Amino acid sequence: MSEIPKKEDVEYWRWEEYHRVFSEKKWKDKDIITAGVDVGSVGSKAVIMLDDEVYSWGVMRTGSNSPDSAKKALNWAMEGTGLRVEDIKYIVGTGYGRVNVPMANKAITEIACHAKGANYIWGSTVRTVLDVGGQDIKAIHCDETGRVTSFLMNDKCAAGTGRGMEVFADLLKIPIEKIGEVSLEVEEEPPPVSCTCVAFAKTEAMGLLRKGWSKEKVLAAYTHAMAIRMGNLIKRVGLEKEFVITGGQSKNIGIVSRIEKTLGVKCLPMPDWRENGLDPMIAGAIGAALFAKALYTKQNKS
Amino acid sequence: MITAGLDLGTQSVKAVVIENGKVVSRSKAFSGFDPEKAAEKALDKALKDANLSMSDVGHITATGSGMDMATNSNSTVSMMGADAKAGIHLFPNARTIIDVGAEEARAVKCDENGIMMDFVVNERCAAGAGAFIEAMARALEVELEDMGPLSLKAERASSINASCVIFGESDVVSLIHKQESKPEIARAIFEAMADRVSSMVHRLGVNPDVVLVGGVARDIGFVTSLKRKLGVDILIPEYPEYVGAFGAALVAAKRLKKVQEK
Repeated sequence: MSEIPKKEDVEYWRWEEYHRVFSEKKWKDKDIITAGVDVGSVGSKAVIMLDDEVYSWGVMRTGSNSPDSAKKALNWAMEGTGLRVEDIKYIVGTGYGRVNVPMANKAITEIACHAKGANYIWGSTVRTVLDVGGQDIKAIHCDETGRVTSFLMNDKCAAGTGRGMEVFADLLKIPIEKIGEVSLEVEEEPPPVSCTCVAFAKTEAMGLLRKGWSKEKVLAAYTHAMAIRMGNLIKRVGLEKEFVITGGQSKNIGIVSRIEKTLGVKCLPMPDWRENGLDPMIAGAIGAALFAKALYTKQNKS
Repeated sequence: MITAGLDLGTQSVKAVVIENGKVVSRSKAFSGFDPEKAAEKALDKALKDANLSMSDVGHITATGSGMDMATNSNSTVSMMGADAKAGIHLFPNARTIIDVGAEEARAVKCDENGIMMDFVVNERCAAGAGAFIEAMARALEVELEDMGPLSLKAERASSINASCVIFGESDVVSLIHKQESKPEIARAIFEAMADRVSSMVHRLGVNPDVVLVGGVARDIGFVTSLKRKLGVDILIPEYPEYVGAFGAALVAAKRLKKVQEK
């Protein structure tokens, strides 16, 4: 994975790649081992599931080459497990780069996978899913089985996306993992920045900093504007309870709390993902692995 | 009869002084954080260049996104109104006037009298304005003024899917990784931007003659791509970035005349 070296020493936008294995679970005893590989525009996620349970997963930055990123993410999910690709019965690729997952048996859209994954993570009461990806935001409606009933997507503009957040983390020199908390460190919520366009918002933010606004206040104003934008997308698709957020921004408390405020509805709580593997960041990959299991079962019946 | 027009743009303030419909001087100052001061500075310089003083000027009209900050003006006119007025004055057959500035793009449809019939504006997205080329030039590590000539060297354009400045930056970086040539990337950038501007113009209808004004009209790369997208010839005045201020000065003259006639 190659990256253009930046002039700055600290890359505030660079989020930590991570990998987890539930080594107490034994894959050798399980019937169906499946994998979901979600190659997003910014992050690549792979999860391995044993029957219906999350076993291991890896989240890393997507490089300039999608097939490579898919392989790396899957290898990372398998690292330390003793699993080989051949042991995995069925692999579904999803995400922006889904057609470029070389080892996948099938590709399924990330919309379907996120709804399926959210249904798995939070249960059958979930009706509205906001997936905030690196380069797009999607508001999805689903039924009690996690089947998509309608959706709206914005992939033309960086406002509200993870990439837009990275730009602001860099501008304000705040590590990306901290921007949620930092944006809440204000005594009073400032009015949102008036520019939705990230490029213009950057200029506006620099003006506010020169005016003497604190970093926290500027970040709060920006986060506020982005939350309104995401809230509007949800309103357009129609908000129906229960409501959840998936993707990288699900862990941005600044965004989540402000969306809840603009919509007047609480999201279902963040699962204890470090303990149970129900990581909203990999909802798409989980959905893909679940589809993989269903497809494998169907294939073996006929 | 001497009048002046001030165009308070997001990046710079332009001042034009005219006498009986002819430009006697023009001057520019960076808007910075004090557009009011920049407006004064631009006008002072223009007057000085023409050996005139404030008392010689009968009427000053301001336009541009910061027009309300021009405390030294007597009246204001919309950007579309100023573009239409000047466009038709410079090119009597102009029916479509496209203005691409640093952070905004507009297109105005007008009749033979320079009366605005309809208009479209893009002010909410940087991808359709000069800011896009600036950001991409930075990503490509090319000087802004070299972008146009560089793009003309390309036989083809790289494939770029940039509907957004932020995504465009990542696109450019990955194209560099793929070792695509800089001219081809530069051409792709102009094609992407021309796409946006032309789709905006298409909403009005492409009625010849088409005139392009605003600072970005100086960029040969953009002009070439826009011509290709619109499929018509494009007329460009000698000082495209001063057209808004010139239009405002013409409006000022008309208003002054009206007052004098009374």
